Amino acid sequence: MGGWAIAVHGGAGIDPNLPAERQEEAKQLLTRCLNLGIVALRSNISAIDVVELVIRELETDPLFNSGRGSALTEKGTVEMEASIMDGTKRRCGAVSGITTVKNPISLARLVMDKSPHSYLAFSGAEDFARKQGVEIVDNEYFVTDDNVGMLKLAKEANSILFDYRIPPMGCAGAAANDSPIQMNGLPISIYAPETVGCVVVDGEGRCAAGTSTGGLMNKMMGRIGDSPLIGAGTYASDFCGVSCTGEGEAIIRATLARDVSAVMEYKGLNLQEAVDYVIKHRLDEGFAGLIAVSNKGEVVCGFNSNGMFRGCATEDGFMEVAIWE
Amino acid sequence: MVGWAIALHGGAGDIPIDLPDERRIPRETALRNCLDLGVSALKSGKPPLDVAELVVRELENHPDFNAGKGSVLTTQGTVEMEASIMDGKTKRCGAVSGLTTVVNPVSLARLVMEKTPHIYLAFDAAEAFARAHGVETVESSHFITPENIARLKQAKEFNRVQLDYTVPTPKVPDNCGDSQIGTVGCVAVDSAGNLASATSTGGYVNKMVGRIGDTPVIGAGTYANHLCAVSATGKGEEIIRGTVARDVAALMEYKGLSLTEAAAYVVNQSVPRGSCGLVAVSANGEVTMPFNTTGMFRACASEDGYSEIAIWPNN
Repeated sequence: MGGWAIAVHGGAGIDPNLPAERQEEAKQLLTRCLNLGIVALRSNISAIDVVELVIRELETDPLFNSGRGSALTEKGTVEMEASIMDGTKRRCGAVSGITTVKNPISLARLVMDKSPHSYLAFSGAEDFARKQGVEIVDNEYFVTDDNVGMLKLAKEANSILFDYRIPPMGCAGAAANDSPIQMNGLPISIYAPETVGCVVVDGEGRCAAGTSTGGLMNKMMGRIGDSPLIGAGTYASDFCGVSCTGEGEAIIRATLARDVSAVMEYKGLNLQEAVDYVIKHRLDEGFAGLIAVSNKGEVVCGFNSNGMFRGCATEDGFMEVAIWE
Repeated sequence: MVGWAIALHGGAGDIPIDLPDERRIPRETALRNCLDLGVSALKSGKPPLDVAELVVRELENHPDFNAGKGSVLTTQGTVEMEASIMDGKTKRCGAVSGLTTVVNPVSLARLVMEKTPHIYLAFDAAEAFARAHGVETVESSHFITPENIARLKQAKEFNRVQLDYTVPTPKVPDNCGDSQIGTVGCVAVDSAGNLASATSTGGYVNKMVGRIGDTPVIGAGTYANHLCAVSATGKGEEIIRGTVARDVAALMEYKGLSLTEAAAYVVNQSVPRGSCGLVAVSANGEVTMPFNTTGMFRACASEDGYSEIAIWPNN
């Protein structure tokens, strides 16, 4: 017990028919990111810095739904959001509606460190980014062919679901050979969250957490999910660091990330008990997963969804990368 | 004690004890009117969600509170409003940010909750959604008041982020203290124990364009579940870090504290002095309105006949 620990995730709720090559690619990416974090931790880099650098790597890689490779809005553009929290003093930063900033997690960090505010969005966030001199790219940079294809499928299968005049319902147009599994009421083969996140506790027992995403495929412009909301998608305190992924509404209603820490603080549960508790009791009919570390060097992953892309490692040499239960 | 209860606020902050009558009386009158409106609605059996919404609409329409008309201005002299609403029984919620023309942000938040598969819409898209639904919109200038133009000028002059209720004085002392704060909110519970909360604001004077505060963040400025409903006001950044509204409920759930104990704990321990106030009601019809600032514009009433309208601490 004690020592550093790190976990990363690439989204909870995975298509059971996901091709083997893609599963392998995912595991390789998770492994690479874990190793990046481990090297940093061994060089005594602080938890908050490790969280940022690992998520930058996940954003830069086009595989998961963050930064490059983000899910597309209904207009075929990318709108990203992210949040980061430093358990020590519970400082936090978040951004939404990001369209040209190469690494949204770093912008969230700058909001935390260099602005008088905690959360900046849309044109205000983009202006701030330019003033801070962060790396700016065209929106096309984030768009991948994979996702252009996905958006087309999404529109064909689910156009009706995003007409807000019609109440949400299960998708009638899902391709017959797709899995019947749904997330956010939509077929998982198209709408797998694949949000990314990282939680770290460093050798000094300091916890930090971060989450980054492009959001829901075919989403309305201006739609904000759980990832940039402190207490929902991301939370860190003196006790733990938590990053969540899955059905945004369920995570927000459950204030999922905050609750892991709250049950530790207020009920005296340990990390494993806390994660088990919130996954079991706080999600109602929703599906989600989370990764968490404690100030004691523990790391726990929990999910009630169909799988979660995840990896974790601790100072005593434990390391695991997994997808399914 | 079981019965209906309602509490509402018009912002917590460094409200000077010598607030002149011409500024104090209209606000007290507004609080009284909103309280009466809310109480009648509860008595006539309206669900708490409807009551919270209609009271906040009334506060948004009143130009002396920092929400809707009367919202403080961004650093560019514009208005960017945000709001959220939550239904305790179902935990469904809705939130909006970056509104510039929507007359009642809280009602748009409710529409997001009820008419979309999402929880939170912001900026241009939220405005477009409002128009698509035929929600009442007006020219942005409607929301801007001369008082707030003056506040912005003053804040710029002193070059610091500042919240509401600065009484313009010829010379502001260096340690004029914490920035002042304003938001509006309402929580209500009916005799069946159904709870709801709603909060609305224009944000911080001289805030950066695109700055989002605690008000639209579920768990920070607004929260409701089967135990209680909470609406917070104060320094947004502190309320977000402190997950204030959620923590009141979490303390009740996880530590078994009463509503009053939980709310007092959060205001005294989870956020710095001078940063926060909240109103909360419980499923049992209890009410509490703690704050750690100089004052908080507030009002409450419960079925047992208790009612209160106040600005500063009671003692």
